[in-house]
Amino acid sequence: MNILSSMDPVLLSRILTEVTLFVHIIFASYGVGVPLMILLAEWRGVRTNDQHYVLLARRWARGFVISVAIGVVTGTSIGLQLSLLWPTFMRVAGRAIALPLFMETFAFFAEAIFLGMYLYTWERFKNKYTHLLLLIPVALGSSASAFFITTVNAFMNYPQGFTLQNGVFTNVQPFKAMFNPATPTKVAHVLASSYTVSAALLTCIAAYNILKGRKHVYYKKALKLTAISAFVFAVITAIIGDFSGKYLAQYQPAKLAAAEWHFETMRQAPFVFGGVLGENNEIKYGIKIPYALSILAGNSPNYEVIGLDRIPDDEEPPLYIHYLFDLKVSTGVLLVIIPLLYMLRKKLPGKKHYPKWLLVLLVALAPLAMTAYELGWIFSEVGRQPWILVGYMKVEEAATTSTNVGSMLVLFIILYLVLCISCIRVLSKLFRNRSAEEEMQERGMEGGDHI
Amino acid sequence: MSYADVGITILWTFLFGYIIVASIDFGAGFFSYYSVVTGHQNVIHNIVQRYLSPVWEVTNVFLVFFYVGLVGFFPDAAYYYGTALLVLGSVAIVLLAIRGAYYAFNTYGSSTKERSKVYMALYGATGLLIPAGLSTILAISEGGIIEEAGGRVLFDWREFFTNPYTWSVIILAIVSVLYISAMFLAYYAKKARDQGAFKILRGYALFWSGPTILASLFAFFQIYKQNPEHFMAMIDNSWMFVASLLFFLVAVYFMVKGENLGLGFIAVMLQFGFAWFGYGRSHLPYILYPYINIHESITNESTAIALIIVFAAGLLVVIPSIVLIMRLFLFNAKYVSGQSPKKG
Repeated sequence: MNILSSMDPVLLSRILTEVTLFVHIIFASYGVGVPLMILLAEWRGVRTNDQHYVLLARRWARGFVISVAIGVVTGTSIGLQLSLLWPTFMRVAGRAIALPLFMETFAFFAEAIFLGMYLYTWERFKNKYTHLLLLIPVALGSSASAFFITTVNAFMNYPQGFTLQNGVFTNVQPFKAMFNPATPTKVAHVLASSYTVSAALLTCIAAYNILKGRKHVYYKKALKLTAISAFVFAVITAIIGDFSGKYLAQYQPAKLAAAEWHFETMRQAPFVFGGVLGENNEIKYGIKIPYALSILAGNSPNYEVIGLDRIPDDEEPPLYIHYLFDLKVSTGVLLVIIPLLYMLRKKLPGKKHYPKWLLVLLVALAPLAMTAYELGWIFSEVGRQPWILVGYMKVEEAATTSTNVGSMLVLFIILYLVLCISCIRVLSKLFRNRSAEEEMQERGMEGGDHI
Repeated sequence: MSYADVGITILWTFLFGYIIVASIDFGAGFFSYYSVVTGHQNVIHNIVQRYLSPVWEVTNVFLVFFYVGLVGFFPDAAYYYGTALLVLGSVAIVLLAIRGAYYAFNTYGSSTKERSKVYMALYGATGLLIPAGLSTILAISEGGIIEEAGGRVLFDWREFFTNPYTWSVIILAIVSVLYISAMFLAYYAKKARDQGAFKILRGYALFWSGPTILASLFAFFQIYKQNPEHFMAMIDNSWMFVASLLFFLVAVYFMVKGENLGLGFIAVMLQFGFAWFGYGRSHLPYILYPYINIHESITNESTAIALIIVFAAGLLVVIPSIVLIMRLFLFNAKYVSGQSPKKG
């Protein structure tokens, strides 16, 4: 404890925020994406009158509400920590970002209240579509929440819509602040990647069941729905990722330059993958793709990409984000390839349609997707350093001066560990106690439909 | 009315909503636990569970509404309270997190009727600790505990713990939670025609009614010592406190008679509503004596207008949702009496 209280409150505040967000975004991303998947499954089930899909929706929803609980409590946590750990930031920037934060609570309210209704009304309505309708506000509300929160993050990256006078925002235009140049790509990327990680998680579960030797057609239908969704969302995420690169080149060149180890401003800039930095920042062992960075940044080999030479030294993000970026992109590529292999499985060599190696890869989709998600987030946040509000306020000016951050850090780490472990235990018990086969029998669905 | 007045009225209303909804929830947790300990578990547990299951997330949202709105309308509040309340706020978050998460685990996660003692104890304990913890912020807002010195905001722990006003507010919070909750659950049990649960809950409601008034008076006179300026302003608004007392008598009368309990609970809400708004109105213009004054720390006009518009638009979402959830669960005879199928 003594070591902790002697540490810098700024650093400790950063660590505590990172820990909270690290946990929160796992559950938040599922919170955004899984309702959409449940909607797809139930809609398909109701439309084609296939009870397997309805059961799928039902079982997903049952697990989903457990993870939502952690999403809600960690979300409350990060919401309050914004003021507890970054009081000066909230005092200054609160004048501009209060609006989306306020809107987010309403979106969340709609989501929460309709989720409660959805869970408790499975057999309440005669028309099957009525129950399905309750899910639409859940899916819309959670995506809207993600939208509003991401606009706040976009504002931190590209603040606009105010004048700073004597440390106070004046002439604030809250909507201009919300819809800043960073907003379109950031929001789209967050939404698409949340859908991707959610589809990947459900793909993993379906593939795991088949891998375990469960042969019911229920699992095959589940895998088909989830893997194809994962593919579509992963492709969309990658395309939006490309737009994000172009946004960075134009509006936040420091982040792009640090990510690409692009030291000199130039045209025909090469893209560097991997590598290590020598003493004078020369790149060793990296794979260089000529012109690729210029094309990535501006769609033309002659596009001039701003390098770190134009960025003041004390405003340079840490250079290790290069690895975060490369790793994220590589995992992103796998997220497209693995479901694609599944879709082409009938054309693959070998006799089995569900070869073991393919199932193992599909199971790996969930951890891979979450890794990419976390890496992408860390990349984006660290890439904004040293700023909390790019060009206006540095992280160290924003943090609390309290000397108790260290012990709070310990407290929250324990809390998150306990919550996550309990969540995993509860979920595994929930599904082990009642397998899909048992449930199909209980509900009198045809059970002999094996392949 | 200035933007500051509109803003604080909206926030105070949210907090009032939280007090009513959350009190029902917190008290229910304690009563459930108490009934496990005293051995008539199943008598009231079902009633509590049936009411709480679909609405648990709604409770937290009211608190977050208030907090986000406070920071939005009065950004200085984020600075002073944020810096000073790191420890207290973190502890409150942890308690809320434990309560929310384990509630969900237990309700949605266990397919059978098994309920662990540990869970029930957590749920019961947090039901009293959270209101106790959150209510101290009201005590802090009277001034003397948060001080600004040398450009730093400091929290005086000694003053906080040794101040009788802090304790009077904590007692009032706990007693009120149990009173509001028992009044509501008794009404709900009556609606569900569950005579066994009704008898027990009616007993709790009447038991806690006397202490509620005593604790209110105690806190009232402690304000005189803590913040005479506020006390005088309360005297100027004394009709609101008298109205509060009258509605208390109406509520208790209906509960003694055991009839018109719906009206009785409306009287409970009016009792707390008059006291709450009387207290809040006389607290103005300060949110934190003497540092945050609503007229000085109000956000800029454009943000205030945008927040008010969003609030109005938000009500268009919130009110129909609440009406819908009430019709599906709270006031649906089939659901209340437990004949509807349970969760999926």
